[in-house]
Amino acid sequence: MSDTDIGLWAVPIAVIGGAIRVSTPFLFVSLGECITEKSGRINLGLEGTLVLGAISGYALSYHAGSAWVGLLGAAFAGSLFGALHGWICKFPRVNDIAIGIALMMLGTGIAFFFGKAYIQPVAPRLPAIPLGSWSDIPQLEAALQVNVLFVIGIVLAIALYWAFRNTRLGLIVRMTGDSADAARAMGYDVNRVRLLSTTVGGAFAGIGGAYLSLYYPGSWNEGLSSGQGLMAVALVIFARWNPIACFGAALLFGAAGALGPALQSVGVSQGYYLFYAAPYVLTLIIMVLTVSPGQTLAGAPGELSITK
Amino acid sequence: MANGVVGAKLPSDRNLIAFVPLPSLERFAETAAISLGAIAVSAILFGIFILAIGKSPIELYSLMYTGGFGTWFSWQNTLQRAAPLLLTALCVAIPARLGLVVIGGEGALVLGGVAAAAIVIPFQGAPVVIAMGLMAMAGMIVGGLWIGFVGVLRHYRGINETISSLLLTYIAIALMNHLVEGPLRDPASLNKPSTAAVGDAYMIGSLPGMDVHWGLAVGVVCCILTWVLMERTTFGFAARITGGNIRAARLQGLPVGQLVLVLTALAGAFAGLAGMIEVVAVHGRANASLIAGYGYAGILVSFLARHNPLAIIPVAILLGGITASGGLIQRRMDLPDATVLVLQGVLFVVILLSETLYGRWNFARLFGGGER
Repeated sequence: MSDTDIGLWAVPIAVIGGAIRVSTPFLFVSLGECITEKSGRINLGLEGTLVLGAISGYALSYHAGSAWVGLLGAAFAGSLFGALHGWICKFPRVNDIAIGIALMMLGTGIAFFFGKAYIQPVAPRLPAIPLGSWSDIPQLEAALQVNVLFVIGIVLAIALYWAFRNTRLGLIVRMTGDSADAARAMGYDVNRVRLLSTTVGGAFAGIGGAYLSLYYPGSWNEGLSSGQGLMAVALVIFARWNPIACFGAALLFGAAGALGPALQSVGVSQGYYLFYAAPYVLTLIIMVLTVSPGQTLAGAPGELSITK
Repeated sequence: MANGVVGAKLPSDRNLIAFVPLPSLERFAETAAISLGAIAVSAILFGIFILAIGKSPIELYSLMYTGGFGTWFSWQNTLQRAAPLLLTALCVAIPARLGLVVIGGEGALVLGGVAAAAIVIPFQGAPVVIAMGLMAMAGMIVGGLWIGFVGVLRHYRGINETISSLLLTYIAIALMNHLVEGPLRDPASLNKPSTAAVGDAYMIGSLPGMDVHWGLAVGVVCCILTWVLMERTTFGFAARITGGNIRAARLQGLPVGQLVLVLTALAGAFAGLAGMIEVVAVHGRANASLIAGYGYAGILVSFLARHNPLAIIPVAILLGGITASGGLIQRRMDLPDATVLVLQGVLFVVILLSETLYGRWNFARLFGGGER
């Protein structure tokens, strides 16, 4: 592939490039989950939403001939699934975590059901911005191929951070998440706030899924998602419900995910499969280090069942 | 905090009042009516889905009946698939009694299978009973440690058990791939990396009179034993109190931590046993075939059975039948194999939604049992 030999430098460069490529779905799902959790609910079903977004994005992109239409479709499909979660959870005695698991199954099932027909066809992909064109090292140039969604994600993270602090809407969502009673006393419909937050969260997860099928890896198959939707939930806890920290955490998870393929590219094949486990092990370690029993986490929404 | 011996000092039944709003017969009627209603509603919803894509739901359901329960042959197929579901459902049902949602049975099953296949390699030639015992022990210990670790994380670090158990499943699968591709690989297994075969002598046979392996009997016995443990012993009583109200349990001096650790380990042991049985009854060696989704289907079985170990038996058979009919539906109706997954998803969502109906109707009056 290369005409310049850069030796072991290929590993860190591949990891950085991989971090940028792999982190985008993490970023979108975690921002979506962040909004949902801020309103006081947890949606574990985002894993299913992600897969559903991936197939609907891919299918629409294929039929409409435009990746952007696919992206919109994925966001729409994701928001429908989010709304389903939000609607079901308003009933008393319904467990939001269990519903998440059920929607994970349902979303994956529906995606695989309709996905069979789209394994072969090639759909238009999302464009990339060649930020590395100044460099004459092909590996670096490849690593700095940045997708537009990555940039949009950064902007969204900053915007969300600002909105949670400075806007009325952000305050309402945060209040609902911290104390449903307070929100009720202020005259807001708690269930509606949570329904909308979960819907928006689902749309974000759908976009994250469309990134998987429309950019990297850039095709549809049944093994497309490997728990990104679920890891994003843990990632939000690690990021302490702070959208900007979500971005950093997403990069970290992306780097962990890129480690295996990067090492393989320089010929390290020992324990190759173990490196696949790196993001999951990292998630567990981070949770062990950051969660502690008997005390509430700083920044945790008070109504969240997962931290109780 | 709680240092009491298990079951040593249990409170009178005043704590239980909260869990038993209805006498048991009426409670059973309520559960049965709501569960069957939920199954009917999901069948209708899924039928609409099938209709919407231009196929006949009536044909689908009749094929599902034929493929799952229509003939003796399909019954055997169904029971064969129900066997691992019994054990993986227990992996969900047992922690659920403590109020924990553990969904990592798939990982424990996979690693239990690998452990069972690996331990017998140096013991080729040992008497069958000893080899069987070793394999079952290995599967159960590895599975128990795996899910027990979820309990450790939950109890000592306060980590959400749902997330940690699912993460551990991904780790387990990576570990399995590493082991069967590397240290444990049988060089003869070319295109599907596997451990060495356990050998024909150590394969378990069929139940008398049918073509269903002994794993079914093991699963049924485990369900019954778990029911006795949870419903008829002080230990299970303590677990149920903890699940109902952890603060009350602590105040009463129940060993909450021990309960969490022991029961998660027990749950994992059952899933590990399921892996061992899959190896010695179906695959003959450990490889990627172990990742068959039994762990995930077990979650659905357990929720459908409302985490009651006895109810798991019929529900596992029902789900086994649905899975068994998948192939027939695929061939006859030209539907993708994910059809069964969609049905399972719909069923799961509706079942959870039906939780909201409990306690809404006065079943006591419906059945002439007087006022509540």
